[in-house]
Amino acid sequence: MQQLDLAFTALADPTRRAIIARLAEGEATVSEIMAPFEITQPAISRHLKVLEQAGLIETRIDGQRRPRRLNPKTLEATTDWLERCRAVFEANYQRLDALLEEMKMEEEDTTNLKGTEP
Amino acid sequence: MTTSQYRSEVTEEGTGIVRVTRKFAAPRPMVWKAMTEPELVKRWLVGPPGWSMPICEMDVRVGGTYRWWWVSDEDDQEFGFRGEYHEVEAPERLVNTEYFEQGNTDESMGDGSHVTLTLTEQDGVTTAVTVMDFHTAQARADALATGMTEGMEMSYQLLDTLLEEQKKG
Repeated sequence: MQQLDLAFTALADPTRRAIIARLAEGEATVSEIMAPFEITQPAISRHLKVLEQAGLIETRIDGQRRPRRLNPKTLEATTDWLERCRAVFEANYQRLDALLEEMKMEEEDTTNLKGTEP
Repeated sequence: MTTSQYRSEVTEEGTGIVRVTRKFAAPRPMVWKAMTEPELVKRWLVGPPGWSMPICEMDVRVGGTYRWWWVSDEDDQEFGFRGEYHEVEAPERLVNTEYFEQGNTDESMGDGSHVTLTLTEQDGVTTAVTVMDFHTAQARADALATGMTEGMEMSYQLLDTLLEEQKKG
């Protein structure tokens, strides 16, 4: 849960969301990541650190290169929030379906007792 | 649990809004009744396995209040919602405030939300639309990220259960 909190906080920032969008196209080095931004390298590094601590991205070691890439696991858990919210409602609503079926049957019974149905 | 032919949809909209849509195979007055009479609400708004709903008080009239309270059978965790009804137009429209009560959990939900329930009926099928307005994108994010931790934890369990059921189905 704490990881998810960090992920939501990290994604609240537009620059960091843009970085995520960039990395969604494939892994990239820091200089590649910072190219489209008018922003200093220390600033980009700070953003990358926040994203990495949130578990959203990870660093791959490739000789002298340190390309960053997405950590799909955390991202999935984060974007899944609406699906999880849906699951809560759905479970409740499935019980409501069952209750409504019962109510319909009770209504039919009452109607039958009154003799208004064959 | 029988699986309904209908599926709920949850979407984020505009600034701070979460919209939940679901169809029910029952006439509108019946859905209204099941959603506004506390002894009926208690039967479906019970949360996941392992949770119970000891308090379900609803005074459904303009200015009336409600209080829902859930308790975990396993570890004494508890939390609830309370609020006031602002608009009551049976059987089609219900507007109320909703405030999270943190109980003994360490979560809070800020300034609460406005919830609008709208029921429409076509050919004996009722569509329920619940619009939760958290007022700001930040408050919605907070609610999603932290305030609804309990709900999320519940939903993790529920999701597991649902997935299991789907696998069996």
